[in-house]
Amino acid sequence: MRHLLSAADLDRDQALTILETAAQMHEVQHREVKKLPALRGRTVVNLFFEDSTRTRSSFEIAGKWLSADVINISAKGSSVSKGESLRDTVTTVAAMGIDGMVIRHHASGAPAQVADWIDAVVVNAGDGTHEHPTQALLDAYSISRRIGDLAGKHVVIAGDLTHSRVVRSNLLLLKTLGAQVTLVAPPTLMPSGVAAWSEAAGFATTYDFDAVLPDADAVMMLRVQKERMSGGYFPTPREYTVGYGLTRQRLKLLSPNAVIAHPGPMNRGLEITADAADEARSLILDQVSAGVAVRMSVLYHLLGGAQ
Amino acid sequence: MLLGIPRRGATLAARLAEAIAEVEGVHVPTGSLDVTMYRDDLRLQPIRAAAPTQIPPAGIDDAVVVLVDDVLFHGRTVRAALDAIGDLGRPRAVRLAVLIDRGHRELPIRADHVGKNLPTALSERVQVSLVEDDGVDEVRIADAADASEVTP
Amino acid sequence: MSESYLIVGADVVGEGRGDLLLQDGGVRRLNSAADAPRDARRIDADGLVALPGLVDLHTHLREPGREDAETIATGSAAAAAGGFTAVLAMANTDPVTDTAEAAERVHELGRQAGLVDVQPVGAVTKALAGEQLAELGLMARSRAQVRVFSDDGKCVHDARLMRRALEYVKAFGGVVSQHAQDPRLAGSEACAHEGELSGRLGLPGWPGVAEEVIVARDVMLARHTGSRVHIAHVSTAGTVEVLRWAKAQGIAVTAEVTPHHLMLPVDKVATFDPTFKVNPPLRPAEDIAALRAALADGTIDAVATDHAPHARHDKEHAFAEAAFGMLGLEQALQVVHTVMVRGGAMGWAAVAAAMSTNPARIAGLDHQGGGLADGAPANLVLFDPSARVTVDRDASRSLSSNNPWHGIALDGAVQATFLRGRATLLDGEVHA
Repeated sequence: MRHLLSAADLDRDQALTILETAAQMHEVQHREVKKLPALRGRTVVNLFFEDSTRTRSSFEIAGKWLSADVINISAKGSSVSKGESLRDTVTTVAAMGIDGMVIRHHASGAPAQVADWIDAVVVNAGDGTHEHPTQALLDAYSISRRIGDLAGKHVVIAGDLTHSRVVRSNLLLLKTLGAQVTLVAPPTLMPSGVAAWSEAAGFATTYDFDAVLPDADAVMMLRVQKERMSGGYFPTPREYTVGYGLTRQRLKLLSPNAVIAHPGPMNRGLEITADAADEARSLILDQVSAGVAVRMSVLYHLLGGAQ
Repeated sequence: MLLGIPRRGATLAARLAEAIAEVEGVHVPTGSLDVTMYRDDLRLQPIRAAAPTQIPPAGIDDAVVVLVDDVLFHGRTVRAALDAIGDLGRPRAVRLAVLIDRGHRELPIRADHVGKNLPTALSERVQVSLVEDDGVDEVRIADAADASEVTP
Repeated sequence: MSESYLIVGADVVGEGRGDLLLQDGGVRRLNSAADAPRDARRIDADGLVALPGLVDLHTHLREPGREDAETIATGSAAAAAGGFTAVLAMANTDPVTDTAEAAERVHELGRQAGLVDVQPVGAVTKALAGEQLAELGLMARSRAQVRVFSDDGKCVHDARLMRRALEYVKAFGGVVSQHAQDPRLAGSEACAHEGELSGRLGLPGWPGVAEEVIVARDVMLARHTGSRVHIAHVSTAGTVEVLRWAKAQGIAVTAEVTPHHLMLPVDKVATFDPTFKVNPPLRPAEDIAALRAALADGTIDAVATDHAPHARHDKEHAFAEAAFGMLGLEQALQVVHTVMVRGGAMGWAAVAAAMSTNPARIAGLDHQGGGLADGAPANLVLFDPSARVTVDRDASRSLSSNNPWHGIALDGAVQATFLRGRATLLDGEVHA
């Protein structure tokens, strides 16, 4: 594994090793001196073509706690309109002699393209509606801390799947870790071609949220943007919540040991009602601190050893 | 306080604590200290997963810390451990206990407590096995061709 | 007095060996090579197939406006190298070809380049904005004699405007070439065939139905107005079904398919390489099979390249932001040979129809597509079907290198092209 562009880049052993190291890194956060020398002398650039304070600061802290020199570059706005190609932008940054590039881009596939153009290690910090592999690692880390090994566990993912990069990375990683996955969304918010995809990749889909809840070990709720209404994806927030929201009634269908995850930011009252959100809240806060640990682990595994 | 360097140093630290409790009736706080991230050869090796660091709840400040490892060789692991300790707090003193000292130091480091001094050639390898980790207690010296058992 | 050529032993349009004399701009079929004048340059065409000069209904030459990507001269050179003797230059230049003056300028630059007949396509609507008809009649009356009108790159999506355009061009025998893309079903962000792969990759989908609903609407408009309509770059099995039905009804519809839609599947975009970003997008194997069958049975009338050169920096963006389009002129005949002729789906006579006669007829080009009968204009191409060539994008005559066949081995090679008896490609060189 030279880059982390997709959750599919990780086999089971690699994924488990990253999660195991993440647990050790997590412990460092409780120390007085939150610093490990592993990446001393390495330079990591966070190149963000799209705003994301949460992900950017998580990668920034992760790099700094590993003693890397971390530089944030915001390249917001379309480089097309600036008359500079993506390749020009990234090769210019890479020419500064960097070791790693963490990329967030509003267009699917950009990190994979960049990995072909530069020598540095590339980490995908979210690309368009394609993937967000470190978020998937983080979800797997947080959930498995609650319910143990994910092999054989049933994870239900519900929400705006077609526009979600999180779901794509989660599908790949959860599959690698041996979990069973069921996707829940109205037909308009299912990814295109999901019938063929689910058959090939071995996951389930349903429009009936209630039917799958009793059997779930974990429920992951994905954000639904109100703006999707204008695209005709669903008629009203009320109707969405009744069909696909995690409501108080649905909480009762869950087994008592099941966990609720939400990669955030939450749209309370739409995909998740306030009390479900509160119940999910502890895991969600957990996820923020675990986010740094997982990203430390990823940076360490990609940049710590012999290149 | 006993801090073992994973894996076998941590196992030995636990055994020492047990023996001390038996003989002296004193309970010595024991933990483990992973030095992977502090190694000076990190960049030269394929990546390895970090092992657990478990510091007793009281912390190491003002404690006398005895580092425990299986084999003392170049001294580089101990140097990494000293750096790791520096990031964790300020002990009153740090001592070093090893099962085997095989010589060939590359740094000005010596052990305070040695189980056995074992003169070796630089080309040989010393392999400590412990029941907890390996299913058997033994120390082997191996070179290119053969392996000979030293202590059962 | 221009040079004359004696082509000896070519397989003439797949109908058997013959000797052709190209003299004074015309073809003479000789009973014996000995009948040729002594000074005719002799070309040994043993093993080569002679076809009438190819006519491309759909070429982007980028001049005026983007001369860094292609010029009329370099695009003409690529066309000659690919066996073409005429190309229709699409209107989406800067400025747009939406006036008689603009059309005449393109026509004149093509004449100066002197490698192929460059026939401008006029815009249907002013500035391709889809709001107001361009000066169709003035373009038709100009020295360029524009007969094909298209907003290619954009769909004439307003049904009333499309209806008026279809009616209006009847007065001068024009035809509207429709870029079929319902903008509400496939907007400007749509960049990959909507299906399993676009779902996995999270790329904005371009569903086949966005093409099919426009084609269905336009054949009904053609029936209603009694006009001709041409469907550009057909890409789906559904469109083929609509075309088959419309032709059975006697509706005056013609259609073209590109070499890339005949050969390259949607899977090519899996690596996010923008070389494979094209509009309409590459489709799955089922669509490719339907397109091949439709070309073979004549439901699709013509192969047209949609040759779309782009400067390197316009392709080196994230996939969704990179420019649409790929090169096609130099490989078109090789691709048709590789996927259609070698598999037995088409003979050389059908290739001549799809790549020369039919496109010339659709575009109203009287001096092109006339076949290789005695007395026909000496527009022809010599093709070596036994060659096998690995495509090298850097060897292109185009200024651009967005060649989707780079590194792929194709069957056959164009050996020579003649425009009105003059060699425009011979011995590996393009000659103006």
